[in-house]
Amino acid sequence: MALVLNEEQQMLRDSAKSFIQESSPVGVLRKLRDSGEEWSPELWSGMAEMGWTGIAVPEAFGGLEFGYVGAGLVLEECGRTLAASPLLSSSFVCASLLEAAGSKAQKESLLPAIAGGETVLTLALCERNRFDPESIATTAAADGDTYVLNGVKQHVLDGDIANAFIVVARLADAGEDGLGLFLVDRDAAGLTISTTLNADNRRVADLSIESVRVAADAVIGEPAASGAALVRALDIGAALSAAELLGVAQEAFERTLDYLKERKQFGVPVASFQALQHRAAQLFCELELSRSCVLKALQAIDQDSPDRSRLASMAKAKVAKTSKLAVNEAVQMHGGIGMTDEYDIGFFMKRSAAACQEYGDYYFHADRFAQLGAY
Amino acid sequence: MPNLEEFRQQTRAWLEENCPASMREPIKSDKDQCWGGRNRVFASDDQRVWLERMAERGWTAPQWPQEYGGGGLSKEEAKVLKQEMARITARRPLESFGIDMLGPALFKFASEEQKQRYIPEIIRGEIRWCQGYSEPNAGSDLASLQMRAEDKGDHYLVNGSKVWTSYADKSDWIFCLVRTDFDAPKHQGISFLLFDMESPGVSTHLIKLISGKSPFCETVCENVKVPKENLVGELNKGWDIAKYLLTHEREMIGGFGLSRAGTKTLGQMAVSAIGVADGRLAESGIRADIADFEIDEMAFALTIERVVDEAKAGQGTGAASSLLKLYGTELNKDRNELLMSIGGSGALAWGSEGGETRAQHWLRSKGNSIEGGTSEIQLNIIAKRILGMPG
Repeated sequence: MALVLNEEQQMLRDSAKSFIQESSPVGVLRKLRDSGEEWSPELWSGMAEMGWTGIAVPEAFGGLEFGYVGAGLVLEECGRTLAASPLLSSSFVCASLLEAAGSKAQKESLLPAIAGGETVLTLALCERNRFDPESIATTAAADGDTYVLNGVKQHVLDGDIANAFIVVARLADAGEDGLGLFLVDRDAAGLTISTTLNADNRRVADLSIESVRVAADAVIGEPAASGAALVRALDIGAALSAAELLGVAQEAFERTLDYLKERKQFGVPVASFQALQHRAAQLFCELELSRSCVLKALQAIDQDSPDRSRLASMAKAKVAKTSKLAVNEAVQMHGGIGMTDEYDIGFFMKRSAAACQEYGDYYFHADRFAQLGAY
Repeated sequence: MPNLEEFRQQTRAWLEENCPASMREPIKSDKDQCWGGRNRVFASDDQRVWLERMAERGWTAPQWPQEYGGGGLSKEEAKVLKQEMARITARRPLESFGIDMLGPALFKFASEEQKQRYIPEIIRGEIRWCQGYSEPNAGSDLASLQMRAEDKGDHYLVNGSKVWTSYADKSDWIFCLVRTDFDAPKHQGISFLLFDMESPGVSTHLIKLISGKSPFCETVCENVKVPKENLVGELNKGWDIAKYLLTHEREMIGGFGLSRAGTKTLGQMAVSAIGVADGRLAESGIRADIADFEIDEMAFALTIERVVDEAKAGQGTGAASSLLKLYGTELNKDRNELLMSIGGSGALAWGSEGGETRAQHWLRSKGNSIEGGTSEIQLNIIAKRILGMPG
């Protein structure tokens, strides 16, 4: 498959760009932050009207079935203006889990609501300060027709606004790989939610799960055989997180380049200095390589390629490294003004740091890339 | 495309019948590469036969027009030929700067008479070409070159020195940048000249590299008479040709960053050299560096793919050659550094007569980011031409 955007994808990118630039420029993030808010329900309705909440959902369940390359294009544009929404956690990652592992009844009841943006789901996976999907200590014990869950979850994305959580838990006496996915309502008895505001002005949740009882129909897929669907959903999360981060990094770079051309010192634009030119050129190359990785990884998901996992890890690792460089260079090259809250460039540094962690950071994915390469 | 499938079947059958078995074996030493030329010496009869058979079909230059002896293949057909050759691991029948560098420039800038004269013998591997660009005092600032070609009525009189002329000692002809206007601004007084290395007054001296090998020469011209008809393109417009050719050269050198299909990955080599502990390469630091490298290597290969696909779809951003040259050569240096780390003390052994050792490859790779325009020059080009930075 050619490594280019087709016509429909280019049209989607263009319409995403103009919608997001108009309805959610970086100034919106500043306003939200200054008024103590984290996200805009109006923007979310607008995204649902644009069909973005259903991009990755099959048509049979009310979605557009446009594929993950399309989802990535939308997130890249969101990354450019740092627009906050639960698109990634709910519309893409949780929807993919339900689509791959859910029962017919679950799909029929949940997917149209996710595709329409009325319901927000999020994945409750991590249990410590590192992304580590293999060490799950939260347990699920069968009790008649029900399951009883116990454990803690941390850093749950969009956990402040989600209607329900997909909790990853280990089935008692189901062996090593016995992971199950359990749908837990926000107001379930025994569930305590506390939230933390992060540097990027997004709120994540910690869950304390104490004897939370769910019915059998709240289990997504086979109780002890959800591993493959979960791996796929996390690959989707990593590749799409890379797409958003690419937008963050690209925008930080372009703003910096514009600034270098405007800013004069010693009587000339600072962009005329070779010390800055070479760093800008190097960063340009890293961004071009990152863009190739993101497109390839998303195509691999759409095509269900056997290399999907390795490509997703490659993409997240590469873009995370590039983005870190881009935002550090951005602040440094802006000089003093880059350190001020008044100037927007600092927002990019904050969002980059958070997005780097989401669905696995550079170290996690570089390690996984090596493991999948058998070394 | 049904015709393409037919072409594949025919090509496969022809290659099966005509590619000698020994020409399907991996290249072990320099001798296994066939460079042709006036005084060509073949390492084996198979090597000669393979060149002759491929040249007869024009398949040493598959996409060049048939009227000059080329293969006349479409882009798609040439790709099929490449794939079918790779399928049986057939060697390239001819290594040639004539094909890789001079030919494309001749097609674009030379007169019809010049094309008729030079191109067929390039395709047949009868004349080996070398490139005269850099001079002792014109490296990164190539346009300041000083080799003079004075108009003497019926000929040019050439004086001066060229360095880094690859394999000049084994070459028959040289394509050369010379100064023909001594008063004009430096870019506007350069011309593109071809001449025979056997002309009186031409001498070559080998330059020994830190790798112990001598692939490069210094070429000195003292009162060399060059017929006027050997000028390619317009007088004093040679810089356009130089830039065009450098773009080709950069893309070729940039390709060094790609690992060859079928060879082991660095990760695999490290596992056999170092071993595994707890399911991971036993040296965690080297493992992390290899992963970082292989991610970049894959990202680079994908970028080449994307640049080609975008160009086909008419979406290209252009000016990609500097990016590819820069990144490809830096990656190749990184790869060689990692190979040295993987080999440890065992990688330090110096070469014997025949092949090149790992240490020699490592040292040779250092030149990749210097030849064909240094990495710093590529960064300049990207900053100015792509990013529009002033100065």
